[in-house]
Amino acid sequence: MNAFERATKVERRKEIAPFSPGDTVRVHVKIKEGEKERVQAFEGVVIGERNLGPSRTFTVRKISFGQGVERIFPFHSPTVEKVDLVRRGTVRRAKLYYLRGLRGKAARIREQIQNKK
Amino acid sequence: MVSGILGKKLGMTQIFTTDGAVVPVTVLQAGPCVVVQRKTAAVDGYESAQIALVESRRMRHAGKPTLGHFKQAGVAPARFVREVPVEAGSEQTKPGDAVNVSMFSPKEKVNVVATSKGRGFAGLMKRHHFAGGAASHGSMFHRAPGSIGSSAWPSRVLKGVRAAGHMGVARVTVRNLEIVKIDAEENQIWVKGSIPGPNGGYLVIRKINK
Repeated sequence: MNAFERATKVERRKEIAPFSPGDTVRVHVKIKEGEKERVQAFEGVVIGERNLGPSRTFTVRKISFGQGVERIFPFHSPTVEKVDLVRRGTVRRAKLYYLRGLRGKAARIREQIQNKK
Repeated sequence: MVSGILGKKLGMTQIFTTDGAVVPVTVLQAGPCVVVQRKTAAVDGYESAQIALVESRRMRHAGKPTLGHFKQAGVAPARFVREVPVEAGSEQTKPGDAVNVSMFSPKEKVNVVATSKGRGFAGLMKRHHFAGGAASHGSMFHRAPGSIGSSAWPSRVLKGVRAAGHMGVARVTVRNLEIVKIDAEENQIWVKGSIPGPNGGYLVIRKINK
């Protein structure tokens, strides 16, 4: 490991549950409203991840009042307070952009079956 | 006090402020350096110090004049040597003195001198930001310069007309970069913004004259 890699190494975020594309997650985001600060949850399907270093981001998509909404979260941002894993999904690709063209039943993702040990 | 330090560009990354804003930063290796020669007003007509960047990699092919110069100072030969101004009348700086990041403090603004990446023989759209022509619709004029002057008078192309040619590998100074973080243990300075040149490129970090 060289000096640059050592300097820019990022710590694991314990408050972020390990997730992968296809999973449904609930992201708790800090929001500033004037003076006050509160935490808002954004729940949806992870449709992609980018860059696993310090600039790592992930995209969450949800349908809000019939309208598709996507948010890109910086993984290491202090505004992302917590990420809960809601449901694991089975998908066969890393970027689920095809979900954008699908509605309702067609946009469902099969749940991952947990193997018993 | 020596007014600058030598270093290397290590690469870019990003950090977050407490309210979540992203700050683009360049990680610079800054020193450790050592003073090789002290130039004084009495002898050389101006005040400066020649400093060298200390690297772990040994310098294998130093010529005899270079070796002699370093031997005189009692310093190991170094690849990257530059002169930086020294405040006159301040404490005595002499060959062999160490120079390190302790001369800088966070939030301070610095100038960084680096060599930009080479672009080879570049066309004038890249080199001078000319607009060029339309790419399609039967346009037969794409990346050419167009008119470069008038006709019978002056019957020649005026000097200094911007044209295609060698681009890059130039000394570029980026001014007023804010120091975001200083790591004295690793000899690193993190500055806000970008620096010309490739990762691993040599550079000079200079204090700003107030």
